[in-house]
Amino acid sequence: MIRITAATTRMWSMLGSAGTFGQAALEFPELDDESLIMTADLRNFSGLDRFAQRYPERLINVGIAEQNMVGVAAGLASEGYNVFATTYATFASARSADAVRVNMGYMGLGVKLVGMASGFSVGVLGPTHMGLEDIAIMRSIPNITVISPADCSETVKAAIALVGHQGPAYLRLGGGVPHPVVNASDYDFKIGKAIFLREGHDVALVATGSVVSEALVAADLLSARGVSASVVNMHTLVPLDEVAIQAVARSSDLVVTLEEHSICGGLGSAVAESLAESGTHVRLSRLGVRGSYPHAGDYRHLLDQCGLTGERIADHVSQSLGIFPKQNSQALSVTR
Amino acid sequence: MTVMEEAIDECEIMAHRIRTDCLRVGALTGVNGAHFGGSLSLVEIMAVLYGGILNIDPLDPLAMARDRVILSKGHGALAMYAALKERSFVTDDELMTFKGNATFLYGHPSMNPAKGIEFSSGSLGLGLSLGLGVAMALQRRGNLTSRVFVIVGDGECNEGSIWEAATTAAHFAVGNLVCIVDQNGLQYDGPTREIQDMGDLEAKWRAFGWDSVTVDGHNVGALLAACQGARNSQRPTAIVARTVKGKGVSFMENDPAWHHARLSEEQLQRGLHELEGEGS
Repeated sequence: MIRITAATTRMWSMLGSAGTFGQAALEFPELDDESLIMTADLRNFSGLDRFAQRYPERLINVGIAEQNMVGVAAGLASEGYNVFATTYATFASARSADAVRVNMGYMGLGVKLVGMASGFSVGVLGPTHMGLEDIAIMRSIPNITVISPADCSETVKAAIALVGHQGPAYLRLGGGVPHPVVNASDYDFKIGKAIFLREGHDVALVATGSVVSEALVAADLLSARGVSASVVNMHTLVPLDEVAIQAVARSSDLVVTLEEHSICGGLGSAVAESLAESGTHVRLSRLGVRGSYPHAGDYRHLLDQCGLTGERIADHVSQSLGIFPKQNSQALSVTR
Repeated sequence: MTVMEEAIDECEIMAHRIRTDCLRVGALTGVNGAHFGGSLSLVEIMAVLYGGILNIDPLDPLAMARDRVILSKGHGALAMYAALKERSFVTDDELMTFKGNATFLYGHPSMNPAKGIEFSSGSLGLGLSLGLGVAMALQRRGNLTSRVFVIVGDGECNEGSIWEAATTAAHFAVGNLVCIVDQNGLQYDGPTREIQDMGDLEAKWRAFGWDSVTVDGHNVGALLAACQGARNSQRPTAIVARTVKGKGVSFMENDPAWHHARLSEEQLQRGLHELEGEGS
């Protein structure tokens, strides 16, 4: 059984989230004899080369045909197979949206779709390969559990949890390589249950996926400026942990959502909807991709462009709370 | 009569009842209308599958050994529902609720295994990938008897996903997969040749690595033989069934307006009268 130790955490971080998924996948057949993995010509990118060697009969590669992969996976799932299917996040969602909607949403066929390289992971390749709308698409389709792990240990935890999960799901993987470590030791992971990484009372940083680590950096910077920040790892987008959102909203003057995703339809929207419908009055700002496609650039550069580095987040919070004078009025928007 | 002659006879009688039900039940939808054209072109295909080919049992609808059917051209639902009535999955009372507000018999099939509706469909182009997955699952489980039948339209073959699935099925030698193309020559906006000419469909399927045959889609004997013959262990089979949209009702035949339309009482009576003449 796979274990979270200092050594594995370090190794997975170096592999990145996609490579780590491939490591976790080596466990699947032992957990469920009906496990299969599909991919759309991204076997090696998904870290599945070892899986392919060990379990060649369990890996089905359909070539560059994502919607076809979703349909075939759904057919296999309908006959009782436990199928994971991997491709880039944007091709799993935007390109395959109707196959996902009809097979996984409407019919509820239990495919576990894995969207790799979400956000800015491969930002140097340009907007065609950025995964910026996948949460919005998956969240709007009923019946799909949506998980966005904060680091590679959580990728392992989420993947293993999904092996035992009934029904369709979307696992969103991304971040840079090496991937910053959020969880250095073992912990409880439960689908739908947010994790409080820091407790504070001035601002709540609610983050999902690879930018959770940036939220922790921001919290440290803010602490040095006398600002007390909560950090919530919202690793599950559907079902949303509304209890956690209410808790931080009540105890903070400002809620800031952080995601490598469009601010439309993702975590920011989900939190805004929850706060508005519950009548909770708290200031909210959503950091993410706003209004245009970023220019191509490397991972750190794009985080900075979108105001998602620890420093940019801390500056945004400081300005919002009037802690120190404005220095960079573009912190909120994507720089063209 | 030989066994084959008996089977043909039974399927022809069933086809006549399905066609009659398509008109009778389609007319009940009133102003909502129904997909008459593409249901009537399917009638013999449905009669042959449900009357002579499919191993299915309403008392054991999820039996592992059953054959699986996906009506990928979901707008032909009425013909499938009428065929399911023939096999006692659906009662006549239920059939008459078609397209009502509280029915399980939607305008496009909605998954309901107890009623013989294996999968939902309606969004064109998705059914072949799904059926391929089912067929691959049956192969993996060592089920050598069950087959998966996917029925697509010729207009539906415009969808690129059909050809993605066709490629994958041939690549993995999924011989228990049969795709029947209801080639009625008309799509929503007009003749397929004018809207988006798919050329020689039989040759296209063969080029994609399938066994491929063309038959008269209203000739029950030819359809029966083609379905029975679709048992190549190494290659999936495409049966291109040449049909007439609106088949059996003179004023509907080959008229795109009857793709989806309302049938008046007077038209219903005329149609039923024509079918009675044909059936006697």
